[in-house]
Parts: sequence; structure tokens; C-alpha cells
Amino acid sequence: MLKIQNLHVSIHGKEILKGVNLEVKRGEVHAIMGPNGTGKSTLASVIAGKEIFDVTEGSITYKDKNIFDLSIEDRAREGIFIGFQYPVEIPGVSITNFMRTALNEIRAYRGLEPLGAAQFLRLMEEKKKIVELQSKLSERSVNEGFSGGEKKKNEIFQMAVLEPELAILDETDSGLDIDALRVVANGVNQLRNPENAAIVITHYQRLLDYIIPDFVHILFDGKIVKSGPKELAMELEEKGYDWIKSEYEQSKLIGK
Amino acid sequence: MERFNQTIEELYREMIQIDSLQIPCRELRDQGMALFREKGIPHGKMEKWRHKAIDTLLVKPDQPFKPYLIQTEPSPYQPIDQVFKCEIKNIGTISYHLLNGWYIHQNKPLDIRDNGVIVGSINAAYQQFPELVSHYFNQLDPEKQDGLIALNQALFTDGIFIYVPDNVVVETPIQIVSLVDTLQKLMIQHHHLVIVGKNSQLSLVHCNDSVHEENSFINNILEINLEANAQLHYYKMENKDAQSILVNNTFVNQAADSRFTSNMITFNCGYVRNSLEVHLKEEGSDANLYGLYLVDRKQYIDNQVNVIHHVPHCTSNQIYKGIADDEAGANFSGHIYVAKDAQQTAAYQINRNIALTDEAKITTRPFLEIYADDVKCSHGATIGQLDENAMFYLRTRGICLRNARMLLMFAFANEIANLVLIEKLRERLNDMIKRRLSGELTICDQCMMNCADKENLIYDIDTTRLRS
Ligand SMILES: Nc1ncnc2c1ncn2[C@@H]1O[C@H](COP(=O)(O)OP(=O)(O)O)[C@@H](O)[C@H]1O
Ligand SMILES: [Mg+2]
Repeated sequence: MLKIQNLHVSIHGKEILKGVNLEVKRGEVHAIMGPNGTGKSTLASVIAGKEIFDVTEGSITYKDKNIFDLSIEDRAREGIFIGFQYPVEIPGVSITNFMRTALNEIRAYRGLEPLGAAQFLRLMEEKKKIVELQSKLSERSVNEGFSGGEKKKNEIFQMAVLEPELAILDETDSGLDIDALRVVANGVNQLRNPENAAIVITHYQRLLDYIIPDFVHILFDGKIVKSGPKELAMELEEKGYDWIKSEYEQSKLIGK
Repeated sequence: MERFNQTIEELYREMIQIDSLQIPCRELRDQGMALFREKGIPHGKMEKWRHKAIDTLLVKPDQPFKPYLIQTEPSPYQPIDQVFKCEIKNIGTISYHLLNGWYIHQNKPLDIRDNGVIVGSINAAYQQFPELVSHYFNQLDPEKQDGLIALNQALFTDGIFIYVPDNVVVETPIQIVSLVDTLQKLMIQHHHLVIVGKNSQLSLVHCNDSVHEENSFINNILEINLEANAQLHYYKMENKDAQSILVNNTFVNQAADSRFTSNMITFNCGYVRNSLEVHLKEEGSDANLYGLYLVDRKQYIDNQVNVIHHVPHCTSNQIYKGIADDEAGANFSGHIYVAKDAQQTAAYQINRNIALTDEAKITTRPFLEIYADDVKCSHGATIGQLDENAMFYLRTRGICLRNARMLLMFAFANEIANLVLIEKLRERLNDMIKRRLSGELTICDQCMMNCADKENLIYDIDTTRLRS
């Protein structure tokens, strides 16, 4: 479904991703872990289509299409959803309007009729329950004045409404208490089916107790330095990022 | 300009021949004319006109001069609906109409209601209530008058008179529709007067529209007087065609504990200058001045706001927002004056602008002049583009560039429209903003991204029906 090969990305001439390889198949959940500043969010942003990043080398294909041939909105319409680490506040745009516009554009792209107001409202109600979102929240402006937790819940809510094929969640767990964490995990798990896939970016192992990944990757210094089964997350939690760091430095030495 | 001034002299001679006017206008006309001869039409070298000159609009240097005309008597009565195709209809108001400079009525120049409220022609009002009218009429500070005010005094034809006696809450909003429908090059000068008595309340919707017009020039004076504890909501709607020149000079006098709220909304225009001067003359008075302008092509909108805090314990709040596309221009000049003794003043001002192109010319000039020491004053002005991060975020949810822009522009404009308290008017305005933005302000050709549905926009804002 998603294939990233030798991806090099830089910003303002500074290289951040230095040859990332990753393949995600339908039905799989991948976790990407790694210390701060190693390029996890950069990877998500490049997949979303953020233009400030320069892709200097490598490729990303999604459903056998070159992702760089797709506009930002077409990536979403093709089924990619990014849950952002820092969701943007948009004063004056209500979540309801936002979601209705988004959903109907995605539907039009797929040749479906727009949802009528009543149908849409029913859908909103249904999805709100999944993330235990207070009903008032959906009439407020997108993320404006939301607490950190509300913003994250709102991302999952949007995901639930748009029903993506590939969800990429960037540190959706950070700053959440256990209850909110469970809600978020529940939202992701509901979406899980043999046709869909997810990439969960996280700093801590905690979230992976609720969303059990099929694979864990460790991103360090712009590269995936280690991949393994879900137990790798536990090992990382135990030994800490220093373990990765020293192993990585050692391998670098041996490489030379 | 000489030809223009000549025309004014001729029109002045014509006007003083007309005896249908009941206001003691001869004296006023003479004074106005004398002042006009002295001051002339404001020009681009004057500080308040530097950003956009009006003299070169009235007399285009590269075109042969065609004199302005004044319609010297009212048009024959016609059923209103045939002429007035105002967008803002059926909003639950009682409306009164002006056409080509004259109050339009069917044998009833004044509507005198049982509760004492009077609405109608200023000329008729003066004839019937000379003391009342002359007490309030033309109470302008001669020092501050410019050539345009002088011109109005010299040549005005008619205007609306509204009187709300003390202790009356007018439940149904009053709507004034000023319309121009002519194939001639008309000059129109209204002088309106609104009086809201003690403890009384009124909502006033004032529309300036045009049907057919050929280079008309409208130059109005509106005087508003709020007595103690009176409240007025004044909604000004402007939707004019590209040839027209519209100048509104609005003066507001506020007595103790009165509250004035204005909302000036300009959707289309050739050239519009809204000059609004609010005098907070007694303690406890409060002015809320809002504005929204959406201009494109070669349109130009100029809002001149002037708030004068004469006495302590008054508040004022200005919020003006606008979007300019193509080569359109917009200026906001916001002047807050706090007199030496006006302690405990709170005066705020915000002007936010979005320039959609590099050619759009936006200027914003906050000017605070504060002579008291115990005051709370602030101002903020921005000229920017649409928020890139918000655009990106919207698009990552499948929303095309064009609709993303529209959502953000609508949100920006909507903040002002939402301050309108008449529900039907607010809905209509939001609808008009939506259509204005989708029909005119966006240029599809600039949409470089592959928008899947350029023809068939499914952008759909219908917040009213979506509320669960
Ligand atoms: N907009 C930006 N401008 C400049 N540098 C950036 C920008 N975004 C990210 N970076 C840099 O890229 C590196 C990786 O950041 P990021 O992808 O956010 O890491 P992570 O998500 O793993 O914490 C950091 O050094 C960060 O400073
Ligand atoms: Mg990050």
C-alpha cells in the first residue's frame, strides 16, 4: 500500500531524513518510535504534502502511485489521513462546516453523491460517540481554544468521519491522560480492518499497550535503524534511547 | 476641476429656484456654496485624501468632462417592487425608499405612528415639525467641514427623517433603501436625520444599492442623535456598481449612557468613502463600530472612523475587516481622540485585512490622540494573506485549494456579519458573503492545484440548517 524507498528530505539545506525505507501493507499497523528531533513528524508531513520540505532523493508510492504526483487534497481523497502532532487552530471555521466540506469533496472524488444535511448530522453524532466528544465541541471553531487533549480527540474524530485507508498518527498520545489515551486507541482500533493500515508515531511505549502494532521501527538520526515485532517497543522502553544511540554509533564505526 | 466647479455653480442656481424644499435651505445653501467655493473638492495632496484622491475620480483627467445633473423633483410614484430589487428584502423590516435623491411615497410624505414615531421625508418633517427638526438639523462643526460637506449643504435635495420619542422601543427594524436608477450622470446628495429619544431603542438598516446607473456621484450627510440611555443599531449595506462614487458622512452625537452600534458592510463599489464621526459627549456612552469590506477588480473602499471621547467614563470599540482581491484598494483610517478630562476612557481599535494579490492596495492608519492619563486604549492593524498553515491543514482533509480559501475567507468575514443582531439580516448577509466570495473574489484560473471539481463546487456552508 505504502512504499518508501531511500527517502532523503531536507529543509533549508539541512538534511533531516537520510534514506528512510518502509513498506506498509494493508491490514498492518506499524509503530515508529524515536527520540525528539529525529524526523518523525517530517516524515508524516512529507507524506501529507507539506511544501516547505525538499525531497532530494528516493520515492514514496501509495497504492502504486507516485505520491509526489498527487496534490495535498488528492492524497487525502485517495485515503491518506494524518493526525497531526500540532493540529492547527482555524478561528471561524466550524468543525461541522469543515467536516462537511471535506467529506463531500472526498465523496465527489470517489464518484459518490454528497451527503444531505440530515445524513451528515447522523454521521457526526455516530462518530462523536467513538471519541466521546462533547456535542458542543463540534459546533466550535476548528481547534480554537481546545486543550491539548481536545485537539488530539478532534483529530481522531476527523479520522473517524473521513474513514481513511491509511492513517498516520503523529504523537497523538502525547499529553493525554489514561482515559483520553484509551479513547484515542479505541478510535484507531475501530478503523482497523484487513483493508486499512496505520502508522502510529509515538515517543512512548504506553500507547502500544492499547494499539498493538505488527511492526515497530526505530527512527534515529533520519534513518530507520532498527525494526522488529511489538516486543521491540518494550525493549526500547526498558533500555531507553541511549541503547539505540550507542548501537547506532557502533554500527557506524563498524561501517567505516 | 474648473468645469466641475462651473457645473456646481449652475446646479446651485438651479436649486435655489426650486421652492418645493421646505427646509430653510436658502441660508444653508448659500453658506454651503460659499464654503465650497473656498474649499473645493478635496484633492490628493490633503492628508486625509492622500491614499486615494476623489477629484480625479469626479473629473477624469483623460476623459472629456460630462457635467453632472441633479434630478430636481421626485420621480412619479411607482409600486416599489418594480424598482427596488434590493437583495436585503423580507428581513422583517418596515422599509422606506429613496430614489435618485428623493423620498418616494404615495401621498404620504410622513409616516406618523400612534406611539409618536415619525418616519419620512426631511422636507415634509420640517414643514410639519419645524422646531424639532431645526433643533437637530445641520449641527455640524463648521471648523471641520470639508468641501464635500459644503457641497451637500449647497445642493441637497431630500433625505430621511426618523424620530423616536422618549421611552419607545421600536420593535420592528426600520429599513432605508437609497437607490439610483438612471441612465443620466446624476449627482445625489441626501441629508438624513435620525433622533432616538431618552431610553428609546431603534434598529436601522440602511442600504445603498444601484440598479442602472451611469457614473453617479452620491454625497450624503447623515446626522444621528442619541439622547440619554438611547440605543441604536445602525446597519449600513453597500452594494454598488463599479461606475459609482459614494461618499457617506455620518455624524453621531451620544448623550449619557447611550449606546451606538454600527456595522458598515460593503460588498461591491466603484469608490466608497464612509466617514463616520462619533462624539461621546456625556458620561457612560458607548460606541461599537464594526465594518466589513469585500472588494475586487478596481474597486476602492475607504473607511474613515473618528471617535471623540469628550468626557470621562465612555467606551468605544472599532473592529473593521476586509479582503481585497485583484487590483482593488482599501483604506482604514481610525482616529481615537481622548480629551484632556476624559479619564477612565476605554477605547479599542482593530483593523484586519487580507490582500489576495500583490496588486491589491491596502492601507491602514491607526491614529491615537490621547490627552487624558487614566485611559485604556489599544489598537492593532494587520495586512496579511490567508494563513498558510490553516490552508495546508484544510487541504490535508481533502478540501481543494479553492474551497480552503473560501472557508478561511468566509470565517474571516463572518466574524463581522455575526455581530448583526437582526437574525434574518445576519443570515442574508452570510449568504451574500458566501456568494460574494465564491462568485467574485476567487479566481479559478489561479487555482494551480488539480481541483477535482472546478465546475461543480460542493463547497457548502449552511450553518443554520446544520445546527443540531
Ligand atoms: N519548519 C521547520 N523549519 C526548520 N526546521 C525544521 C522544521 N520542521 C522540522 N525541522 C527540523 O527537523 C528536525 C526533525 O524534526 P521533526 O520531524 O519534528 O522531529 P520529531 O517529530 O522526530 O521530533 C528537527 O531538527 C527540527 O528542528
Ligand atoms: Mg514530532
